[in-house]
Amino acid sequence: MFSDFMTNTWIVATLVAVVAGVVGFFVVVRRAAFAAHVLPLGAFPGAAAASLLGVSELAGIVVFSGLGVLGISQLQRWDRREVATALWLAVALALGTLFLSMTREYSQGLYALLFGEVLGVSSRAIVPVAVLSSIAIAMTALLFRPLLLDSLSPELAEAAGAASRWLELAFLAVLALATATALPVVGALMVFSLMVGPASAARMFSDRPGTALALTIGLSLATVWGSIALSYLSDWPVGFFVGTLAGLSYAAGRVTGVTGEGR
Amino acid sequence: MTDAAVLSVHGLRVSFSGRPVLKDVQFELAPGEFCALIGANGSGKTTLLKAILGLLRPEAGEVRIDAGASAARIGYVPQKISIDPYLPLRSRDVVALGLDGARWGWPLRSRVRDARVQEMLEAVGAMDLADRRVGQLSGGQQQRVLIAHALVRHPRLLLLDEPLANLDVRSTAEVVTLLRQLSLQYRTAVLLSAHDMNPLLPVIDRIVYLANCCAVSGKANDVIRTEVLSRLYGYHVDVVRVHGRVVVIAAHEPEEIRAALARDPVHTAEIP
Repeated sequence: MFSDFMTNTWIVATLVAVVAGVVGFFVVVRRAAFAAHVLPLGAFPGAAAASLLGVSELAGIVVFSGLGVLGISQLQRWDRREVATALWLAVALALGTLFLSMTREYSQGLYALLFGEVLGVSSRAIVPVAVLSSIAIAMTALLFRPLLLDSLSPELAEAAGAASRWLELAFLAVLALATATALPVVGALMVFSLMVGPASAARMFSDRPGTALALTIGLSLATVWGSIALSYLSDWPVGFFVGTLAGLSYAAGRVTGVTGEGR
Repeated sequence: MTDAAVLSVHGLRVSFSGRPVLKDVQFELAPGEFCALIGANGSGKTTLLKAILGLLRPEAGEVRIDAGASAARIGYVPQKISIDPYLPLRSRDVVALGLDGARWGWPLRSRVRDARVQEMLEAVGAMDLADRRVGQLSGGQQQRVLIAHALVRHPRLLLLDEPLANLDVRSTAEVVTLLRQLSLQYRTAVLLSAHDMNPLLPVIDRIVYLANCCAVSGKANDVIRTEVLSRLYGYHVDVVRVHGRVVVIAAHEPEEIRAALARDPVHTAEIP
């Protein structure tokens, strides 16, 4: 489990857990869980397109995540937030279907992109993941206070001079970066579990924003490390453990953390 | 010596997709003045407050704010906001965000910052709420915390959008008294919108009454009069005083309603 072959896996998985925790905290407090679901799913057609064109898969994912950010942000000017988000998914899935129909050898790669391929990470994958996750974490730290104020009330943020629309765009960009980091490792379906599970539990354990953020990162690391170890030992898929641990940490938060009747 | 106005609004005109909401609004607010912005639902109160905040661009006219030596331009408490009960923010975090919530980077704790937050929580009487999650507080308690958030940088002008809506009678009286006291203590001019003027009449220095896209302003006794308000509405209204409460009622239906009733006999037929 700790052989040379697995070293890369542990490094990349740790980076992914930290970035998913940091970004996931704001996904939950900003009520952006749907966007956290749609951006990764809408990015996987990018990987299919990249394989058709013979370019790097990560480049395809980055481009499609970026298109997702611009698409959702533009659609939000015309329509409600969740409708805008869903419309982007509709368009992205349409393209994904088309790209997949054009290639025959892609089904194995598709499976990995949807469900993750954490046990076979190559050392070449580490550098891009490290760069993308550092940018995502730095941007979140920079925007920490305005994002927090905006999640309390967009009107208060606007009145304080932090335009809500630009904050939303910046946040979607951070979400897209986190997606591009995590998608090849945990897969499009599991990125979402990792962003929502630990954060939704952490906010029940602590009422302080800094502590809740630190707890989110801790729970996210525990989820990822635990999932890899359990998957290695049991030969069951990593995704199964990521999703299950996400659910379990929320349940633990409900049982032991503060609940709605804190008056 | 007279103080320069903290807020002066001149010939303000705002339209939404061609439909005018405010036509020619003007009034001034002196330092420390406590002013009620009164009007029915949809009369443009929120629009006027947003124009003062600079969040929407007026078609004509201007809004001038003299912030003086204060670093903060305007304190603002928005209309009823719904806060996630699980949001990991305590009341003291909300007040701290009023100090520097729009700044970039990680918040650094300092003694000065903590002391200012503490002082403000005491000033609004919310010390016992300091460590409670803001999403779990009652409407009146949240209102206090949001007032502390708005005042923590000591602005010379405080705007509140319908702060008394959704409050019970007791909380209403408490919030009104608190605001009056804070405006005297910090010499902050307060402009507070409401659809019912009655809880405010005993404490206000001035009233701005919005109707028919226009405004009249002055002392409450000079504005809340049959002839003044009839001119503003453009049809006859009566100002009636019942048991110390003031009610404004239309003596007859305005012309367009009468015309609509005449066109559609179904409505008139139902009246015995």
